[in-house]
Amino acid sequence: MGFYLVQLLTGLSNACALFLVASGLTLIFGVTRIVNFSHGSFYMLGAYIAYTLVEQSSGAFGFWGSLLLAGIAVGIIGLIVELIVLKPIYKSPELYQLVATFGVILVIQDLAQWIWGAEDLFGRRAPGFKGENATVDIAGTLMPTYDLAIIAIALSVLGILWFIFNRTRFGILVRAATLDREMVSALGVNQSLLFSGVFFLGSMLAGIGGAVQLPKGGASLLMDFEILSPIFVVVVIGGMGSIWGVFVASILVSVLQAFGVLFFPQSTLVLMFLVMAVVLIFRPWGLYGKEESSTEHAAGEIKEPLREVGSKMKMVFLTIIALLIISPIFLEGYNLNTIIDVLVFCLFAASLHYILGTGGLVSFGHAAFYGGGAYAAALLVTYANTPMELAIFFAPFLAGFVALIIGWFCVRLTGVYFAMLTLAFAQVLWSIVFQWSAVTKGDDGLTDVYPQIITSGSILHYYVVLILAVGGIILLRAMAHTPFGYSLRGGRDSSLRSEAIGMDVKLIQMSSFVFAGAMAGLAGSLFVFTKGSVFPDEMTIARSFDALLMVFLGGVQSLTGPISGAAAFTLLHEWLVQITEYWRGCLGILIICIVILLPNGLAGIGELFRNIFTKTPKEEAAK
Amino acid sequence: MLKVKKINSYYGGAHILHDVSLNVEQGEVVALLGRNGAGKSTTMKSICGLVQPKSGVVEFMGQGMQGKPPYHICRAGIGYVPEERRVFSELTILENLEVGKRSARQDVPQWSHEKLFELFPNLAERRQNLGSQLSGGEQQMLSIARTLMGNPSFILLDEPSEGLAPVIVEQMALAIMELKKQGVTILLSEQNLHFAKLVADRAVILESGFVRYGGTIVELEADEEVRTAYLMV
Repeated sequence: MGFYLVQLLTGLSNACALFLVASGLTLIFGVTRIVNFSHGSFYMLGAYIAYTLVEQSSGAFGFWGSLLLAGIAVGIIGLIVELIVLKPIYKSPELYQLVATFGVILVIQDLAQWIWGAEDLFGRRAPGFKGENATVDIAGTLMPTYDLAIIAIALSVLGILWFIFNRTRFGILVRAATLDREMVSALGVNQSLLFSGVFFLGSMLAGIGGAVQLPKGGASLLMDFEILSPIFVVVVIGGMGSIWGVFVASILVSVLQAFGVLFFPQSTLVLMFLVMAVVLIFRPWGLYGKEESSTEHAAGEIKEPLREVGSKMKMVFLTIIALLIISPIFLEGYNLNTIIDVLVFCLFAASLHYILGTGGLVSFGHAAFYGGGAYAAALLVTYANTPMELAIFFAPFLAGFVALIIGWFCVRLTGVYFAMLTLAFAQVLWSIVFQWSAVTKGDDGLTDVYPQIITSGSILHYYVVLILAVGGIILLRAMAHTPFGYSLRGGRDSSLRSEAIGMDVKLIQMSSFVFAGAMAGLAGSLFVFTKGSVFPDEMTIARSFDALLMVFLGGVQSLTGPISGAAAFTLLHEWLVQITEYWRGCLGILIICIVILLPNGLAGIGELFRNIFTKTPKEEAAK
Repeated sequence: MLKVKKINSYYGGAHILHDVSLNVEQGEVVALLGRNGAGKSTTMKSICGLVQPKSGVVEFMGQGMQGKPPYHICRAGIGYVPEERRVFSELTILENLEVGKRSARQDVPQWSHEKLFELFPNLAERRQNLGSQLSGGEQQMLSIARTLMGNPSFILLDEPSEGLAPVIVEQMALAIMELKKQGVTILLSEQNLHFAKLVADRAVILESGFVRYGGTIVELEADEEVRTAYLMV
């Protein structure tokens, strides 16, 4: 009996820890409609700053004061990030905001490493919760007392939040803005100040959440990504923007996990996502969420229809392809492998662009299909002794099948909700691969997946990749110009009108999602035969972000965007890694600058120059 | 008091308002008339800043308002009551009023909860109810009351009688006349003359985003030709 009670209390304690962090995320989203991916970084900073403060304090008062101060400090950092990075892009499409917050993640990661070092830090135990007071006997089972303290802290925070939201003007404005922020501004409320206030409060909650973890798990550089999927899952289950929803969802997920671990110790991560899937089947907008009709283009306003490629552009492409064909003559080894990497990423980015730019659906979990294809090929080779040619042939179909399942859940939603759901499902796949080590070898990855006939690094291998990658990209391009592609674009530009003329928009989006997934799977299978191995890393959020960055860098507007973006990203990445240990931070700063200064990506540079040197249509009209 | 000069507003690429100009003098009630889709709501939104006109001038008490954010325009004394009411559904009546509350302004009537509950007695009985629990008429009253909490000297009322039962429409007309008596200047939009002639002094008629007519209500009532051309459905 005592055992189950302790299990329940442990679940509740985890729920409370999760709630502290996730409440800040949902609060920020509710008011600003920004999906703040750097929320996990604020959580990590909370733990690190608390570490430094605790080391310099003494006594119980100093200890608890340090945790609170750490929260406030993180709140201020969040505020600074909001003022510098997010304020200029509140009106930008979601993709830009995502990319910007991803830049913040990279910068904070390197800053933390620079200040506190790469080693994990272990915090002091809380005074009064160590030694013989560290555990308490509950009906025969020992329970860590600090876990009970976390419950008390979270409940106090919940109480304070309740007071703020129901009894203060600021709280009432926040609730009103969550419902209709435009109306709030028409009633005389300075939105800008309100947003900053909310960002401070939300980041502070993340900071406190991280600080509270310090005596339990210490501080490490992995904390930011580790917390991301649990907090996004509970925010999605609870209904984005609902504090109460996130509280209920945290308890639901954590308690189920606490008991689930008794029965399925291998599938704790998957369990969390299963709960989410079940909830979303019945309530696509989460437990307490409301349907949101989004007419804005998540990927940015499409200014004009796709243009036919001019003869000059055709020449450029043919020249590039010709150069690629002859390059093995004067390049070899390392350089040739770099080109292979670029080609694979070009196909990966182009497949994401198909669903994101052409389809208007911002998928945050595209790595699921890339990694899915890679694992499909690797598993076929490892367990079925399939030859490479066949594995490459099958991989896109298997990735497409995965996309079919994920797509069935996701295409019912639009905008941010679609993005969050694709991200969460990509995490499901990642956790399966990560935890099902009997088959996937977990973190050790599948190695020795070398092609049988053609050895990696050979010129023949190069040509196989070249033909398949370029072929895949041309196929993606051709699809955008078929009637099927037209209807996809029609659904993107106006789903209502498209449905009114008899198109099944959801079915078209669904099949496009599958097609894009299959192409990503092809890229993944090419990747695995180039490297000879595959690790769960290929399915992480970070990999999905890489693809989004490539598409963003190249600009969403054109079909050539993802190709130039992938090339630029890969080469930039290679170059930064060579020159500095802190390449992540440099990349992050670069990304943030691009988002703020060049809202159309690298393709925007050309436009910028054109605007400087030629007259805009408006000026001509004025004449 | 309010001078709108040749504003042009767009939704994306669609040109909605074409050189719309109109004036409202202190203490007046002006009705903006026109059929569905004539540009009435867009005119209202262009004045209160929710839509930014691409060209033209919106002058309020001698100050340029075009290009200013909505909260700035609200604080200058222009209150906006949207057509869809846009009551905060999960907030109580009292909380809805709190959102609209602004500090006192000189030379204009000051409003408090109690004063507004006198104007709209229906709301007084339900002050702890959520916005979503109110009837259409009550939501309209709450929307007006919420805007009045900002102590505006001028209010934009977008189709205040739309979709309301005749009894409630009458109450609404009485409330608007009361507001006028208190010294609030009003620009209201309507699809038909019936409600407008109860409360308005002057009328401006919009059609397809162009101003087609301006005159007193009495003149308009006498002008059968104009009414058939722009108002009859």
